[in-house]
Amino acid sequence: MRFEDEPAAGENLPILPGHVSPGRLERVLRAGVFAVTTEIAPPDSADPLEVYDRASAFDGYVDAINATDGSGAHCHMSSVSMCALLTRRGYSTVMQVSCRDKNRIAIQGDVLGGSAMGVSNILCLTGDGVQSGDHPEAKPVFDMDCMTSLEMLRGMRDESRFLSGRKLTHPPQVFLGAAINPFAPPYDFRPLRLAKKVAAGAQFVQGQYCFDIEMFKEYMSRVRDMGLHEKVFILPGVGPLASAKSAEWIRSNVAGVHIPDAVIKRLKGAENQAQEGTNVCIDMINQVREIEGVAGVHIMAYRQEHRVSEIVEKTGVLGDRRPWEPRIYQDTFGQAEQTADSKK
Amino acid sequence: MYRVRLWSARHSSLLHTLYSAMEKALVALHPVFVKIGYTRAERWISVIEKPVKGFLFDSKSCGQCTLGSTGMTCPMNCPKTLRNGPCGGVRGDGSCEIKPDMTCIWVTAWEGSQRMADGEQAIQIIQGPVDASLQGSSAWLREARQTIDQRAG
Repeated sequence: MRFEDEPAAGENLPILPGHVSPGRLERVLRAGVFAVTTEIAPPDSADPLEVYDRASAFDGYVDAINATDGSGAHCHMSSVSMCALLTRRGYSTVMQVSCRDKNRIAIQGDVLGGSAMGVSNILCLTGDGVQSGDHPEAKPVFDMDCMTSLEMLRGMRDESRFLSGRKLTHPPQVFLGAAINPFAPPYDFRPLRLAKKVAAGAQFVQGQYCFDIEMFKEYMSRVRDMGLHEKVFILPGVGPLASAKSAEWIRSNVAGVHIPDAVIKRLKGAENQAQEGTNVCIDMINQVREIEGVAGVHIMAYRQEHRVSEIVEKTGVLGDRRPWEPRIYQDTFGQAEQTADSKK
Repeated sequence: MYRVRLWSARHSSLLHTLYSAMEKALVALHPVFVKIGYTRAERWISVIEKPVKGFLFDSKSCGQCTLGSTGMTCPMNCPKTLRNGPCGGVRGDGSCEIKPDMTCIWVTAWEGSQRMADGEQAIQIIQGPVDASLQGSSAWLREARQTIDQRAG
């Protein structure tokens, strides 16, 4: 898919009236089209080719790629630098900003830099505790939380000022996102928390893994009662489980992931558990897309990135639409792509 | 103390009433504070405030109390010091992802808010980022002064 006003790689789209960002994701969502986003695992490496290799698995299947920010409190390549590499090739990125490792001074600086490099979407997260990662002895920051950083970034964008009030000469034009987890207690508070995030500036939200459709339906029904689905684009999280064993491990070791027994039983009963995990994910997408207020899905396929294309194809959520991919530059900007290729 | 903290959340309504009464008293004492000077008054009040809040709420003396908006549960006891609601890592049984022996502050706060008259409205107020420079100062006196300033317009 190519927008009529498609610029060269590394350059942003023009900002349409009523839009806040020059990004593809906002365009797709505001057009009312079912959006697909995914997550890229940043490498434990200083080699840019590893980043491009990982991203290429999603070419033509997703509208934006989330660059995680030290997810699970593990050290990897930073989200800012992942985005620097990806935007250079024209990829649409969602830069995740966690409050665990950076205070308000660092976060604002990163957002200015990210936006300057072509990042159009920022996802404000609180972040996992350092205890769950590979450096449990690190000092956690948590100067801000997801809510206050949303407000802070909205202030930078809409009022062109830092949190301190000092003026910016050019604001970061970013579409602001946040995370939701409808599957963790206190359940009754979760929809109110989404309302708070919307009030703080969230324009889209991506969800934690959804394996319990009934629970999600209940959450969405409360969200609709509050009219939130009309104020924020909601993309529930989905993903393929590799096996029953890994599902059980995730359930007991990854905070906030709720996997019902029925799902594990289904995997155990399957001959090819990995394929069944993918099937569960496909079923889940087919069920969530029917729910009023769902604007798209966020596919998290850690170490199973190669399955994303299959999942998207089999669900048919994209219809006859093929999202942007670097290859389109060969048609439109043959010359530009050649130059980019020669840099490889 | 963890047990006292949970007791406080269970009696959030009573404690909130006491809190409001105390704020009124501090506002009434404004002329006295002006006479002796707010800096000196703060020193005296902190002597009482710190141990009382420490005992009842395991207060961390951030100087920017949100107890009325958090079901009389001090959010600074959250390992991530979250003041706007629970993170996504709360375990299925309601315990904290980082300290499994502790019930998530926000599970307790939510229950506390349900016992207060306007708790559910108050918990939806967005709390701004913490001002680290106010650590250790008197939140009671700050709130009282804010009320006085608001009245003065």
